[in-house]
Amino acid sequence: MVEALATEETIDAQTIDGAIAYLQTQFPDAVKLDDREGYQGLIVDSAQLLKVARAIRDDLGFDYLSSATAVDYLGVDDHMEMVYHAYRTSGGGALVFKAQTDREDAQIPSLVPVWRGADFQEREAWDLYGIRFPGHPNLKRILMWEGFHGHPMRKDWREAYYEEEVKPFDSRWPGGHVHRSEEKNVFGKNVAYPPEIDLNRLMDSSETSVYSSLGLGVDIEQIMDKDGFETNQLVVNMGPHHPSTHGVFRMVLTVDGETVTSLEPVMGYLHRNHEKIGERNTYLHNIPFTDRLDYISSMGNNHGYVLAVEQLMSLGRRYNPPTYRCEALRVMMVELSRIVNHLWAIGFWLNDIGAFFTPVLYFIQERERILDFFEAVAGSRMMCNYMRFGGLFADLPERIKSVSNLANDRVRDYNTMQFLTEMVNERIPRTIDELEQLLTQNEIVLERSIGVGILSAEDAINYSAAGPLLRGSGVAYDIRRADPYSIYPELDFDIAVEQEGDMYARYRVRVQELRESVRILRQILPRLEATKGESIWADGKVGAYAPRVPLGEAYGRVENGKGELGYYIVSAGGKNGSSNPWRYHVRAPSFINLTPMGIMSTGYKVADIVGILGSIDIVLGETDR
Amino acid sequence: MYGTGLAKGLALTLRHFVDSFVDDIRYGMRKYHHSTDNFGIRQGTKTQGVITVQYPDEKVAVPERFRFVPFLIVEDDDHPTRAGKDWCTSCGICAKVCPPQCIWIVRGNDPVTGRPVPEPEAFFIDIDICMNCGYCAEYCPFDAIKMDHDYELASYDRTTHHIHDKERLSKPNSYWRKIAPTRAYDEMMVRGTWEHIDVAKEARRGQSAARRGTSQPSPQPAAAAPPAPAAPEAEAPASPPEASSAAAGATPWSEDEAKREERRRKALERKARRAAKQGGG
Repeated sequence: MVEALATEETIDAQTIDGAIAYLQTQFPDAVKLDDREGYQGLIVDSAQLLKVARAIRDDLGFDYLSSATAVDYLGVDDHMEMVYHAYRTSGGGALVFKAQTDREDAQIPSLVPVWRGADFQEREAWDLYGIRFPGHPNLKRILMWEGFHGHPMRKDWREAYYEEEVKPFDSRWPGGHVHRSEEKNVFGKNVAYPPEIDLNRLMDSSETSVYSSLGLGVDIEQIMDKDGFETNQLVVNMGPHHPSTHGVFRMVLTVDGETVTSLEPVMGYLHRNHEKIGERNTYLHNIPFTDRLDYISSMGNNHGYVLAVEQLMSLGRRYNPPTYRCEALRVMMVELSRIVNHLWAIGFWLNDIGAFFTPVLYFIQERERILDFFEAVAGSRMMCNYMRFGGLFADLPERIKSVSNLANDRVRDYNTMQFLTEMVNERIPRTIDELEQLLTQNEIVLERSIGVGILSAEDAINYSAAGPLLRGSGVAYDIRRADPYSIYPELDFDIAVEQEGDMYARYRVRVQELRESVRILRQILPRLEATKGESIWADGKVGAYAPRVPLGEAYGRVENGKGELGYYIVSAGGKNGSSNPWRYHVRAPSFINLTPMGIMSTGYKVADIVGILGSIDIVLGETDR
Repeated sequence: MYGTGLAKGLALTLRHFVDSFVDDIRYGMRKYHHSTDNFGIRQGTKTQGVITVQYPDEKVAVPERFRFVPFLIVEDDDHPTRAGKDWCTSCGICAKVCPPQCIWIVRGNDPVTGRPVPEPEAFFIDIDICMNCGYCAEYCPFDAIKMDHDYELASYDRTTHHIHDKERLSKPNSYWRKIAPTRAYDEMMVRGTWEHIDVAKEARRGQSAARRGTSQPSPQPAAAAPPAPAAPEAEAPASPPEASSAAAGATPWSEDEAKREERRRKALERKARRAAKQGGG
């Protein structure tokens, strides 16, 4: 006993290594180091996972579960694995821990009792990998529909248009057998029903589970309220086709009169199994696919992904980190897209609370100019596909210039740096001033947003909320400061934070972040001038299209406009070659930020729900993936 | 006082309304005229008023790096030796780097020897699948595939019109120099010639052979230096001296050359495969 205490004293549990050592002394039979090549963290015996997780949260202070995801090691070790990344909201690196289970009858205890933020992520793991989580309060499919056959992220599951395990496909060259996939798999004939099913008698039972978790059927229930009035409690479906849900997103709410008593988000209408596509793709192929996640801020999506792959590549020998100019350009692009994102988010949140399209159009004017700039630099307004491993697609052009090509084309010609300087020093700050003049003291905005949609700091952390949603609840957690990457440590900016946790606080956080982004951009421009003429590639060597990615795992995360965007990449090799990621997981802020939607909405009016959803700021391309 | 915030907001809306006219007065109706200067003012960073573009009566010309469905570069019709010839050598890199795998290439074979010929027999791009990422153009070692600026591709039948074949895809080299003069110039500087890179290689080989004094003079008439790009004069670069000298003495593909190229390509591929294998273990 004395010895155990003595070892505890020598362990500095503040560091990640110290935390790991602490867990090893506390749970010698439950945890062991993950000693696979390129892996980090601990492997926890799944029978004792809950106990270890509590220790990680309570004793070691890792209060924020960033990511929980599954990996299928079919053909490598033939087991399933859940990978957890826990952080401290005071800052620092990740404590990675894993739990393993058999592929058949896969079961891992649920961590929802410890971190509520695991809720949707475990449902996703059940849906896509077929791992059961005993102890989960509401374990059902989340992206696919109830009744879907199979678990599509499993390595042995094949999609309808399956051609080969990994790209590039052999049929493309040199044979060139051109075909359209739908010819092989004609629409309408691509569904097979079991013989016992009679289509005429088929009832859709998938909805039942949605309603049953709310504790009542679809029927109206007569209840007596506290004054003895007979009122009706009923279920209202908002969406999937509803203008306020920002896409095909659905909320099932029970209302007592006009007051919401419970709410459940239903999603997956835009699901395309982005991660399966990502595992068929080569590393390079994935960059343009990340553009399509949060399509408002594709530069940020690129950044997170290249950071993750660069992390893996840096394990190898022949890796050249990006040059300083490259990093400066990346940060500039990411901050510009943060401005785009927040202008868009505030604008459409105003639409949601009734200021229909006047403010948002003022903001979109500025967004247009930023997109013009993206188009001139990266080649596309929204699907930028700008970043590469260790570099960028191209340096800034000398001039933002066009050539007339189509009928009625009108040309423009600006000096790039002058355009940027005027944008950063004049136009964007002026727009933010206007935005504040229009809204910050506007009585209607105040009445609608103050005290509505409250999320407490404890809940925000426990539910793994990220970005403005977290900071609006008084938690000063910004990855650019807490776990810095790129050149952010040398830049001077503050973390925007507000204490109230309501819609108005989130709005204030976004406005502050707009100003901080401008502040960062003002520091970036001189750095660009100073590095003018330098290469964006280390040693001027342009990256290869089939980069060498050594074995291992990496979790790259960035502070995107909507919150923490993380990419978990595993390079495992095996017989299928290794120019393709074995596991490609996106920790999508739009998805996980919906976890606390239910508790944020309870007790408010239906009209407020629309505003609360707008204040979370989701984009369905990322939510549904 | 209650309502001041509202009033401030409304004042801002009013100012926006007035600003659109102020700008008209400041620039006169010139803002709406169709010259470069005026359109630049209207869309630029200094403008205050309406920035809307009345599509399709007027369109924003896209910047040089804009990327839309790819096209293949072929030699101009007035080229002295290679008129109408593909720049593509059907090496297949574009098909490999294509993320949605929308490129199909049939590599040609010599009818006599059965060996591969470095030009594509057929080339298909399914534009329904193409995601306009621009990788094919970025990684093409021969500058033979480029992203187009023509985004008006709507058609009435997607099942028959949306797989572009080689004929539909091919556009002359001069078109690329017209829509992207700066980039075409940069690429020329990397290649060292306005011609296809193989022409330059051939010329270099010819020159070094001539220096050694062992080779016959080239049987082909010397290719005249191509005309400078017919692009807007603003930044159109003059054809640099090395381009014309490199182009001189160019010969078209010979069969040996083709075989050599094929061997080289295979070796490169083997190398790439090896690298990929080692890379991930």
